[in-house]
This record gives sequence, C-alpha cells and structure tokens, in this order.
Amino acid sequence: MKNTYDVCVIGAGIIGAAVARELSRFNLKTVVVEKQSDVSEGTSKANSAIVHSGYDAEPGSAKAKYNVAGSRVFEDWCRELTVPYRRNGSLVLAFSEDGLPELEKLIERGRANGVEGLSILNQSDLRAREPRVGTDAVYALLAETGAICSPYDLTIRLIEHAIVNGVELKLNFEVNSISKTDDRFLVSSAQEVIECRVVINAAGVYADRINDMISQDHFCITPRRGEYWMIDKALSPVFNSTVFQLPTAMGKGVLVTPTVENTIIIGPTAEDIDDKEDVRTTAAKLEQILEIASRSWPDIPRNRFITAFAGLRAHCDRGDFIIGKSSDVSGYYLAAGIESPGLTAAPAIATEITCQVVEELGVSVTDSFLPPPPAIESFRESGNQRRRELIAADPAYGRIICRCEQVSEAEIRQAINRPNGAKTVDAIKRRTRAGMGRCQSGFCLPLVLKILAEELRIDPADITKAGEGSEIISGHLGGDYHD
Amino acid sequence: MIKNHVATQADTIADLIVIGAGPAGLAAALSAKEAGCEDVIVLERDNYPGGILQQCIHNGFGLHYFHEELTGPEYAARFVKKAESSNLDIRCTTMVIDLSVDEDGKHLITTVSPDHGLIIFKASAVILAMGCRERPRGALGIPGSRCAGIMTTGTAQRLVNREGLVPGHRIVILGSGDIGLIMARRLTYEGAKVIACVEIMPYSSGLTRNVVQCLQDYDIPLMLNHTVVDIEGRERVTAVIVAAVDPKTKKPISGTEQKIDCDTLLLSVGLIPENELSRQAGVVIDNATQGPEVDQNMSTSIPGIFACGNVLHVHDLVDYVTIESEAAGQAAAEYIRRCFRKQTEETEAAVQPLQEGAGSILFRAGSGVRGLVPQYLQRNCSDKYVMIYFRPDKIYRQAHVKVLLEEKVIIDQKKKIMTPGEMVTVRLPIESVHKQIDKLEAIKIFIEEE
Repeated sequence: MKNTYDVCVIGAGIIGAAVARELSRFNLKTVVVEKQSDVSEGTSKANSAIVHSGYDAEPGSAKAKYNVAGSRVFEDWCRELTVPYRRNGSLVLAFSEDGLPELEKLIERGRANGVEGLSILNQSDLRAREPRVGTDAVYALLAETGAICSPYDLTIRLIEHAIVNGVELKLNFEVNSISKTDDRFLVSSAQEVIECRVVINAAGVYADRINDMISQDHFCITPRRGEYWMIDKALSPVFNSTVFQLPTAMGKGVLVTPTVENTIIIGPTAEDIDDKEDVRTTAAKLEQILEIASRSWPDIPRNRFITAFAGLRAHCDRGDFIIGKSSDVSGYYLAAGIESPGLTAAPAIATEITCQVVEELGVSVTDSFLPPPPAIESFRESGNQRRRELIAADPAYGRIICRCEQVSEAEIRQAINRPNGAKTVDAIKRRTRAGMGRCQSGFCLPLVLKILAEELRIDPADITKAGEGSEIISGHLGGDYHD
Repeated sequence: MIKNHVATQADTIADLIVIGAGPAGLAAALSAKEAGCEDVIVLERDNYPGGILQQCIHNGFGLHYFHEELTGPEYAARFVKKAESSNLDIRCTTMVIDLSVDEDGKHLITTVSPDHGLIIFKASAVILAMGCRERPRGALGIPGSRCAGIMTTGTAQRLVNREGLVPGHRIVILGSGDIGLIMARRLTYEGAKVIACVEIMPYSSGLTRNVVQCLQDYDIPLMLNHTVVDIEGRERVTAVIVAAVDPKTKKPISGTEQKIDCDTLLLSVGLIPENELSRQAGVVIDNATQGPEVDQNMSTSIPGIFACGNVLHVHDLVDYVTIESEAAGQAAAEYIRRCFRKQTEETEAAVQPLQEGAGSILFRAGSGVRGLVPQYLQRNCSDKYVMIYFRPDKIYRQAHVKVLLEEKVIIDQKKKIMTPGEMVTVRLPIESVHKQIDKLEAIKIFIEEE
C-alpha cells in the first residue's frame, strides 16, 4: 500500500509537532511519522523544560538566532494551546569574585544576541529574590525572560492542533529506508511506504541515521544523556527562579528549577553515550547531581524525591543546529542537532522550515484553519465553583482516580477520546498527570488500566506502558499466561 | 498552629467527620457512636468500605482483638456489618480534597463524588484515618531502566486480589516488608516464580511469622544485606543486578554484583503515612513517624482533629489499629460533648488540645526507640493507663524496655527478642506517674541491652 502526501515529517517530538502544526496552515497534505507509540517519547519528554532567554549561545550561531526568536513567541504559543508557561526568570550563580567577569561575559553575549532584561545581582539582591540559595553564591546573572513550560504538553497539543487541520500522524512507524526518484521520495517502514514531495528530518537523536538514508552531507549525532531528580510538589515553593551555576572546573554545573506543575527538578548530568535508547539512570550520576546542586541549594531534602529520570540530548558534531534546506538533496529539509536550547527554539525553527517549504512548493494559506481543540479541563486546577459545574455536566469529574494529582476519571476518558488519544499508560500520564505524583501510580495504575481497557476495548493484559513489549501485566489469574 | 482561616460556606453540618473507612476509620466512627456521638459521617474514596484489608485476602488478622484468625476481608466485614446495624453513615466514592479550620474552630472538609458533586462539610471534630502509601522507586533513587514490570507490592496485591490480574512470571522482590513477604507467597500460589527477596538491612522488616510462612516454607531465598543496583530491560524488565552492601554504610560492595533474570521487580521498601490533608490543615507532623504528633487521646496539634491507624504511624497488626482507633473515637466524642457543653453552659472545660509545655508531658524516645506514639501525655489525663507504641531501631535479644520518670525507672520489661518489624507496646499505668504529674516535663522510654 502506498500513500501519497506533499510533506512527510519524520519524528513527532517538539520540532516535528511544531513543524506539522505550522504546515497545517497551508494547503498541504502532511503526514508525521513516529517510531514510538506516542508523540513526545524522546528528548521532548525528558529535559529541563526551560525556555531559555538566549544569553548562552554563541552570537551568530543558529542556536542564538532561533533561541531568541523562539523565546519571544513562546508564551503566545503556549497561551493559544492552553499549555502551562511561567516566566519565572533564570539566575546564573557565581560562587566567587572570579565569577563576576564570567557573568559579565554572558551579559555581553546575551546583548549581542538581542536578549533583553539581563542584569547582575549582588549577594543581597540575590538573597532577597531567592532566600534559599546557597550562601556562597556571591553574584548572579538575572535573565528576566527565562521561563518554564511543559514540553510534552506543548508537543501533544501541537499535534492535536495539526490533526484537526488535516495532518495525519502515523505512530509505530519506524523509517528504515528513504529513496528518491525524480521529485518524489519514498519513505518506508517495515509495514508501509509513503510517497511525498518533501521530507523533513526532525528525528532527534536519530537525525544522523535518517540523514544518511538521503544525503551525502553527513554529520553525527551523539546522544548526550542527562539524569535528573524530581522532588514532590508538597515542598514548593523553594525557588521561584530557575537556578543555574556558572560552569566550573568541576563541570558544567546543574540547575535547580521549579516546574510548571510545582515539582522541583535537579539536574542534568551530561554524559556522551553510544546507545540512542539508553535512558537509564545511574547511582553515580544521581549522587553527583546532588553533590553539585547542593551549592545552589544546600538543604536538598533527600526524603522528598519522587522519581529520577534521564533524557538524551541530540548533540551534533557540527556544534550547532542544522536548520532548513539540505545542501545536496532538493525537497529534503533538516532540523537536526536539536539540543538545548532546542525547546525554546522550536517555534522559530518550525516557522523557518515552513516558510522554506511553502516557498518551494508554492502553496497558499488554507482558508479553513481551525483553532486548537479544547484542552482537557483539569479538575485539580479548577476552583470549587467550576468543579461543581464540571461534575454536574459529567459525574465522572467527581471520581478521583489519581489521588496525588487529583485527576478525575473524566479527564482520563477525555485523554483517550481525542485527536491522537492516549493508548498507553504513559500517554495517559502525560495528558492528565495521573501517576506523576508522589506515589508514582501505586494507587491509580490498576484503575487507569481498567479505564484504558474499557475505552479501547482490549484486554488489560494488552495495555502497555509505552508501546509493544512494555505490557504492564502478564495475564489473568487462573488463566493462561501470555508472553 | 491554626494556619488555614477560610471563609467558606458549608453545605452540610456534622458533629464528627471521619476521613477513611478502612479499619481505623470504621473502628473510630463506631466507638464515637457508642460513646454517644450520633452525628457521624465517614468519607471513603474507594467504592467500598474496608480500606486496604479488602486486598489482604491472607489470614492472620484478628488474633489479638477477636482471639480468632480471620482474613483481611473477614476482619473488615465485622466492622462493616456493625456499621450497617448501627446505621453508620458511610459515603463511598467520596474523596476529601481539602481540610481547613474556620474562624470559630470548626473544620471544613471539601469532598467530591460523582453522585453528589462537590460538598463542603462543617464539623466540630475530624478523625484522620487516611492510611498510608507505599514508597515508590524514585524515592530511593534505584537506578536503571524505567521500563514496564516495576511496581510496588501493594499495587501488585491489588491487581492480583481485586482485579484478577497477574503482574509477571519471574519475580524479584526488593524489600522484605510484610506486603512483600505476603506477595511472595501469593504469587507463588499463582504459578509465578519468585526468585528472591532482596533486603538491604541485616534483618527482615516484616513480621517473623511472615518470613517463615511466606518465604521459608516456599524456599524463597531472603538475601539480607543486599540491594538492587541496576535494572535492565528496554520495554519490560529483563534482569536486575543485585549486590551485597556494606552493613554499616549500606553502600553496594563492588565486585559482588550478580545478575538475576526476571520480568518483574516488586518494591516493598516502606510505607509513608498519607498526611497531605493533615499538612494542608496545619497539623504538626512528627519527623520520626511521619504522622501527626498526638497525645494519649490521639488528639493532634489542632483542637478537634484526631488521628489513628496508619496515617498516625505504620502498624504491623490491624488489631492495634482497631484498639488505637477506638480510643480516638471515644476522645472525639468526648471533645464534641465538651464543645456543646461549652456552647450551652459557657464553661471553659473544653478538651485540651495537644500543647507543649504547661498542658502536657513529653514522651521522649531514648536509645533504641524509634517512632514513639503518642508523643505527649496530657496532665489532666483521666484514663487508667496509656498505651505507648514504638519500634526498636535494630534487633535486640534479651534486652530491657525501660520507662524512666525523672531519675527513677518505673517500668522494666525484659524482652526475649525485639525486631524493627514488630511494634513494641508498653502499658503505662497513670497512677505510676500520678504524684509527679504536675511538675513532670518528660517521660523517657529506652532500650537497655544486658
């Protein structure tokens, strides 16, 4: 079977989703292919969730350009899609007088990149702003435009918006070859072939492998693993700002930041590895994080961790993002090497690639562009009056499934029955927060399994955590085990 | 200590609200009713009363309280039946989402349920009986893959005993708490192979009888002084790496790693009293027990809020939960009675809230004593005796539990063996402290080895 499209986007992380949504504004037939069982299953689900202001990137680099441009529109994107975003400001701590010139260098770099709202805080201003910060922090760079967001939520909502505007999403589609004849590409998985005029490589840590299938202009992506700790939201607020450290001889430093859900994350480490799937956490790195972070936050409460996780950054050997038209294959576009500040840059990258594609294909703006589908209304975030209304309209809003995060049955059913609805336990988690709280799904897992099985009309034994092979349970009591 | 002053309109008024219809909540509500408090409402988030006992289908319950051996559901059913015959108002599928105190010292309990929507109750007294939750993997930072096939033993127990679902074929259990031990046997019954139970401490943290009946009887090895240092598997667990630990530092000893092929890792690594609501209300929480600080009446730092069962401290036997909860129920009924008397007669005889200093004597945990409950003794205590509960910090053989009053040992109990898995109870007759009760500041409980 062969399906024909104008554009095929490879990868449904934040970049692929943003590109798809932007393309859906035009008269184009677009498909997004993703090898995982849901969108946002790679780098986009496990990162620091920071919207960087843009003082870090080398002036003139693609990273600097797209970071600053992305940061400017990020809040609008989040607002339009009802995705949490908080402009909490970022701090970079200096732990000695020697750090002051380093901070000033960052300010200079930031100004060269066009970043506004940068200033140096002395110790007393710093402590006034963040009283819990370590006492040996003597100066800090304040970046007022630094913000936090929910990267997986944004990815999910972008794909939903793209889908209502005609974009097709093919999950569990692992590209194993791409060929080109005349002006047509054939993108193949083991089961299916897609024909298209344009291919956009947004494949994250796999962008080099996809590139090798099409182009002679090779590059290499190294997965750079970052491990994190997460602290229960009961402890918030400890810090309002995102707290970075100046790089020292000990390493690049780690950050401590509140999340938009009011948990606290500490991390990441930076470790180049070979395996593009290896998101294991390690005892040594988790300990190292605490050692380094204790300078920013001396009294990290070790009895308040709720989880540890790891993500992979797509570090490119060219040291910068690779954005736009390929150097050697017409109709092939790249968004590769998307490591930090890739999340922040995503809106700007998507806009740029879309402009280039639209220009090449000469297509017009659609006259029927629809707004995003309504977001799942959260019981937890509603006031009591609104809660009464919600339960009156749908009694399932009154049945709390996840007690730690106060997620109702109504939200879980909505998460399943919507564009790109949840089919796995992790997909439910990212759409509702069920299982993300302090008990880490101990109480709600059996209930979520039941609802998923009911809505999808499948056996609970076939429900997975995140796609085939990750079945949650092995079978039924007294029945046959199935492997 | 009243943090939360709110002006919210209540929908329903009750004398006593009990949060949770597990063994603690049921016993507390029934005893409050027996003590004359008629207007009691029990709020339960599950669809049925009984709490965690519903999934504890093994036997061994009730030996102390009923002097016979029952299963968990049978033990719960005795109280559910009694609740039915005494017309106790239990509202199931009702989740408490907020607890606060208003200006006149009444308690506001915000609940939601599918049938009744959002209802705010106003009550003179509240009994906290929310139980506890299991410590998840992330709380310990167990490194490795975060794939499917890792869950807590309580979750596994619910899946097997209430949903009829089996978590896996080849199972390793980390931690040897009672639920872990029980589930080792349970899953063996269901045809799964429980390969090992791995425990970081030099002893099991469960009851001795469970170690014998659930592991030894089925030849399941208990690997003491060992822990899981890595989890392998991309989609689902394929193996765990277990290593010996240094008994002093608890750090894994390099070179002792062994790989155990398995598809499931169950965690039985501790229970945490579930006190988010208590904290919301401003109740003072004890770091040692992770439950509210209480006096001998189970009265917390907030007047009219009582706590009992696993929300107060994690118990090993439900029988003690019942006894403790009955005391809480009686005290709440007495508190309500005095509230009314105060209203009508304008007397000032309200039950003393827990307070440090003048009104109460501190129970101080000395060497070897962990998680002491209650933390305080009211000077105006009119009971004949007080039950004191604690856990020893390690295994003791032929040791003495002593209660020290100023310089004088007033109780000296010799114990053949004490283990952290089993709660130690001490019965303190009030007449033994009576003479000094006005000037005494603390009563010390400690363990002395021979």
